[in-house]
Amino acid sequence: MKHLIQLTINSRQYEVAVEPRKTLAELLRNDLGLTGTKIGCSIGDCGACTVLLDGIPVFSCLVLAMEAEGREVLTIEGVADGNLLHPIQRAFVERGAIQCGYCTPGMVLNSLALIRHTPRPTEEQIRRALSGNLCRCTGYQKIIEAVQEAAEMLQAAEGGQ
Amino acid sequence: MSYRVLNSRVPRVDAFDKVTGRAQYTDDLTRPGMLYCAILHSPLAHARIVRIDTSRAAQLKGVKAIITGRDVPDVTFGVSPARYDETILAVDRVRYVGDEVAAVAASDLETALEAVSLIEVEYEELPAVLDGLHAMEPGMPLVHEKYARNLCAEVHWNFGDCDAAAKEADLIRTDTMSSKMQDAAFIEPQAVLAETDGAGRLTMFSSTQAPHYIQRTLAMALKLPLEKVRVVKPAVGGGFGPKASCSTAELVTCMLVLKTGRPVKMTFDREEVFLHSRARHQFFHTMTTGVKKDGTLLFLRHHCILDGGAFASFGIATVYYAGSLLGGPYRLKNMIYDGYRVVTNKPACGAQRGHGAVIARACFETQLDRIAEEIGMDPLELRLKNVMGTGETTCNELYMSSLGMRECLEAVRDASGWRQNRLARRSEATPPLPPPSIEGAEDSGKGGEGKRRGIGVACGFFVSGAGYPIYRSTTHHATVVTKVNELGGSVIVESGAADIGQGSDTVLAMITAEVLGIDVADVKAITGDSDLSVDLGAYSSRTTLMAGHAAKEAAEACRDRILASVAKRLGVEAADLYLEDHRVKSRRGSLDFHSIREEFSREHFGFTDLPADGELTFREAARVAFLDCGTIVGTGSYKPPKLGGSFKGATVGTSPAFGCSAQVAEVEVDLATGEVSVLKVTGAHDCGFAINRTQVEGQMQGSVSMGMGEALMEEVHFDGRGNILNANLAEYKIPTSLDVGQLNAIIVETIEPNGPFGAKEVGEGAIMPTIPAILNAIYDASGVRITELPATPERIILTGKEETE
Repeated sequence: MKHLIQLTINSRQYEVAVEPRKTLAELLRNDLGLTGTKIGCSIGDCGACTVLLDGIPVFSCLVLAMEAEGREVLTIEGVADGNLLHPIQRAFVERGAIQCGYCTPGMVLNSLALIRHTPRPTEEQIRRALSGNLCRCTGYQKIIEAVQEAAEMLQAAEGGQ
Repeated sequence: MSYRVLNSRVPRVDAFDKVTGRAQYTDDLTRPGMLYCAILHSPLAHARIVRIDTSRAAQLKGVKAIITGRDVPDVTFGVSPARYDETILAVDRVRYVGDEVAAVAASDLETALEAVSLIEVEYEELPAVLDGLHAMEPGMPLVHEKYARNLCAEVHWNFGDCDAAAKEADLIRTDTMSSKMQDAAFIEPQAVLAETDGAGRLTMFSSTQAPHYIQRTLAMALKLPLEKVRVVKPAVGGGFGPKASCSTAELVTCMLVLKTGRPVKMTFDREEVFLHSRARHQFFHTMTTGVKKDGTLLFLRHHCILDGGAFASFGIATVYYAGSLLGGPYRLKNMIYDGYRVVTNKPACGAQRGHGAVIARACFETQLDRIAEEIGMDPLELRLKNVMGTGETTCNELYMSSLGMRECLEAVRDASGWRQNRLARRSEATPPLPPPSIEGAEDSGKGGEGKRRGIGVACGFFVSGAGYPIYRSTTHHATVVTKVNELGGSVIVESGAADIGQGSDTVLAMITAEVLGIDVADVKAITGDSDLSVDLGAYSSRTTLMAGHAAKEAAEACRDRILASVAKRLGVEAADLYLEDHRVKSRRGSLDFHSIREEFSREHFGFTDLPADGELTFREAARVAFLDCGTIVGTGSYKPPKLGGSFKGATVGTSPAFGCSAQVAEVEVDLATGEVSVLKVTGAHDCGFAINRTQVEGQMQGSVSMGMGEALMEEVHFDGRGNILNANLAEYKIPTSLDVGQLNAIIVETIEPNGPFGAKEVGEGAIMPTIPAILNAIYDASGVRITELPATPERIILTGKEETE
């Protein structure tokens, strides 16, 4: 039996009917076509499906869609402003932090939450924050450099205001 | 030579789509009315299928088709024609836990999975072969009747004269190294979406590394004409080797499409990725090496057994590579290799980054470390003494048309502070590991105490594209079609080449932009589609060199057409014209482009940014050429020259060029717990010429990370009945951001004569030194020599304890 839930995704209101067992990842990908959220394992091991739920990074494969009722979800589709990339995305592009790109949406969202919470993260804090997001291509080096650079750019932008 | 585009750090052409979530991977695709496929896997390692009853499953609402081994075409296929041993589904017999017994197409995934659970199979269990080391022994059950003694392939090579060389040796050592079966652990599981059109032509979208080979295999296995099969590769979330094999998901999905006439989709779950495998073999190496007391390498006798699992897959190439890629990068005149690739009742193994050569390299490079210690020589100096250089040929006839091995070694020596580090270490005696104790563990927990640092070095080299295709043919290895639009504003590069994350689309776009004197943003690479061109795929680190050559040639053909048109209009020699910075330029002073400009202006395109009369834009030149001869199309192709010796198996290991790598690893070993932290790896790789510097570094860093995982933590665990115990990414551990240390990548460029603009590989050569550099550093820190991978804390403590006793 389906339940009608309301939630906000990328600042847009949705009303959707979901089975109680449906995960947030499945809702996003299969029902709403928001396929930027990737599934690598479905059991919370790889972090590819990370989204922000009320600003907190969660593995959307481990969250039931019904748990998102009345809450705010940010997926990778909501990070850029049209074609204007968020500074974290820009740093990922320019620093070469992307190879196959399958971990990228989760990495970007987790980095976003980190920088919002810790505007000047140390390398150790970045490594710790991203340790639940597996990447097999990059060795993490350029991802960490990108997050550092984005944090600096955001700090500089704030200082300038 | 200076370039505008090449050798830069221009961002990847697909970065924007990937960072915004717009990039489409196979599992992101849907079709109206598509069906979902699920597979029934064998629960037993080896059994006869007595009976399959699909009647209950067929009655389930929503089930549209069920296929079993009775329905599959009577065809065996595989990778190497001489060893075709696979069928689409198991026919009468299952050969490993996970072997595919039946497949269902249903209106939704839940129904497909439920239907699979309703299929009843009666098995008669057979004795299984689970230990590769003993699979050849008399009396062992056979995995395939066609492989006597379970021997799928063997190699026996004898180069030079090892016996004579042994008489000159001052030191002869025999050492061993074994590893465990691994998983490539790409983050995107294999996914497939297939459909047919009204003419019965099959199109399959797949997370593959090799559209061309998969097209060929599908046609063969499904008994379809090749032209009835099209394979398209959307964005791929990593491959590292296994996705070069045709997967059962690809085969059964297509069968179900043909049976139902509807689109069918299947995505492996993570457990199925492990079960299907085709990843790194388990290796058992024994090496006997002789040297003079001055460190000169004299000979190598090498014996290796590879546990290949249930099918041949890429394993024939694997067993050859395991031997051939020890021919360099050191001068070694005498080499004997005896390699045996056996089949067992486990998931089939195949190619994985550094195909066949990684564990062999680990064995040999750790042995060199032992030799250096015994003869009292610095291990880096020992390597420098023996390295080959450009223009040399190995004993197994691999020609090094460029080889910056010495430069790489010197670069890591200097950048890592090798001498100071090593001297600091030598001034302290390395104590043996203390036996594990609770007190010791507590000490280390307090930080720093009981931990020792060590440093190790290793080298390696790898092919830059296999010299021969996997089927016997004189085919072109890469072809490219490049089109310049009628205003030159967008250039389309069409190719079957497969960008699986390594960045080949960016390389093709950069090469094209460089030749045409335009920006990467003006070029669009459309690739990974068997309809576009023939390209053998992303394996053996071949794409930059081979597809790069073809892209260069195609762009040059476009350039020549355009310049010929301009020259004809102006009555000058085309050879005097060239393209640079969006302009047509002349080598003989300025030209009067007035007449062309006038014609262009009359067409009223509304451009307001045209330069002064003395200059002609690429856009105008492209227009002139279009007006003269229609759409400007250039084609390019690449085929390696005849390579290698005439002995049996001489083709494997050949390549038009070889990349090489040296790395210094610095580790910290907790003597109480055996835990190893990799603090820093300094790597130098000779990629010939870096088309994109950021991407070269990315390949080097990714290689080190994967090698580190294989050195310290990666192991597929089996129970006594052939079940995988850790078929998930929590218990099959790959490095996280907390596990990898600083990865310092140094690019060495030697300008390879056989590479486009001098470029050669970086994707796989860079993993070669990682495992032995880390193992040598562990020894330097702890005095423990690890001969069984991975070097888990438990193994380090137990080995240390054995050595003390």
